Amino acid sequence: MAAEIKTVGVAGVGTMGAGIAIVAARAGFRTVVYDTRQDALDRARRQTEGFLAKSVERKKLTQPQVDRILGDLSGTTRIGELAACDIVIEAVFEDLKVKHALLGELNRICPPHALFASNTSTLSITEIAAGSGRDERVVGMHFCLPAQLMKLVEMSPGIRTSEDAFRAAWEFCRALGQVPVRTQDSPGFILNYFLVPFNNDAIRLVEAGVAAPADIDRAVKSGLGYPMGPLELLDLVGLDTHLLVAEALYASTREPRAAVPALVRRMIAAGHLGRKTGRGFYSYQGSAMFGG
Amino acid sequence: MGYTVLRAGASRSFPQDHALLAGAAQDGEVVVIIGADAGAAFRKLARAETRTAVLIELGTECLGVHTGEFRGEEGSNVLGFARFRLGDADPSNLVELVRQPRTGEAAVAAARKVLEGAGLQVAVCGDFAGRIIDRLVRPYYNAALRRLDEGLATAGDLDTTLRLGLGYPEGPIALLERAGLARHFEVTQALYEAYGDPAYAPARRARVAKQKQ
Repeated sequence: MAAEIKTVGVAGVGTMGAGIAIVAARAGFRTVVYDTRQDALDRARRQTEGFLAKSVERKKLTQPQVDRILGDLSGTTRIGELAACDIVIEAVFEDLKVKHALLGELNRICPPHALFASNTSTLSITEIAAGSGRDERVVGMHFCLPAQLMKLVEMSPGIRTSEDAFRAAWEFCRALGQVPVRTQDSPGFILNYFLVPFNNDAIRLVEAGVAAPADIDRAVKSGLGYPMGPLELLDLVGLDTHLLVAEALYASTREPRAAVPALVRRMIAAGHLGRKTGRGFYSYQGSAMFGG
Repeated sequence: MGYTVLRAGASRSFPQDHALLAGAAQDGEVVVIIGADAGAAFRKLARAETRTAVLIELGTECLGVHTGEFRGEEGSNVLGFARFRLGDADPSNLVELVRQPRTGEAAVAAARKVLEGAGLQVAVCGDFAGRIIDRLVRPYYNAALRRLDEGLATAGDLDTTLRLGLGYPEGPIALLERAGLARHFEVTQALYEAYGDPAYAPARRARVAKQKQ
């Protein structure tokens, strides 16, 4: 465990925040999860208990270990309870104003040595840090979904992040049992910078009638050994989510491949968001396939 | 279904023994022409129109180069194919099967049956340069090489991120080193000439590798 970090705060208990909290508590850190909504905290607690119970069933953890993890994990709607944290990882909505308001409040509450980490996937770490009041101690820590299973963390220093702070966050990431990679503070970092345009290109092949979704996915899996085809993945992620991420990437890069293909907006208008609505590039009621 | 394999020069799709070659008969309903000169061999093929399907191995060219095109209404019993292969790496198990707008469904089904019967995976696509995989991966590889130059991350961290984050078997930099940067240059340059899309313009490192040859 990183010597200077004992207590971890996680702000925002959506899917990412809840997963990050599991990672921190599982690694032996006292972990305080903050969200403004008690129902969100309650739901995350139930999901966490369910996930850890399955970990016992699969013999990844023992029951005493789970008891210890749950004992180290607490939730609160009072931001003041993050005052003892040595690091706070924010996983709130991808809105710069929301993040600035949160970090500004945390800056008043937390001790001067505390690190602030952002799980943003699309916003600039430097811009987030600029509204924190301690931009030399703000670091990008982008976990992959689902955080409790995926080892990779993209770590980015902002322009004013001190090397000491970045090194401490890096060591903390390793103490979590994660695999950190260093990237520039650049739109989409590595994963989304490459994934979003690749998926857009696959959508454009459907639009252009080059091949049907199933043929594109089969080609990518058989030819390249990828675990999922891009159109299967988009159906899983949801086209509405893809639109948000791609629009953010395009707004900051203006790269044509990041621009969302017109087909995406038509499919969203038709309610074809992917698995969550039963239809996207594929139909999930039967074997019939939507050809775009 | 019986099929015949005709050899017309060195084949990129089948450089070595394969079940498809071993299972060929003397006078099958389907004719599979392999090799760099497959198109020329097709033009000399007798009774081509009487076969259930004729398959021509393609390089980077479109099928229409061999069959001709007419107002978007072209298509017959003739299909193109290529087994996907990255540079100098071994061929993958994927065959991209190229059809035209009016290609007969019976010909597509027969071709698929022959190829899948030999243990290959088939993805059907239209007659476009780059087909499916090259259209998708060449911009991605060019972007990876460009961002490496720009210092987004080290080559190792780029590869690690894409392997661990997306489950790819290999990162783009290691893959291009293994398969050949110069070969990537050739493929992506051909696509750049075909489409004029800057995403296909060869990245600096690919151009340097080609010039060094």
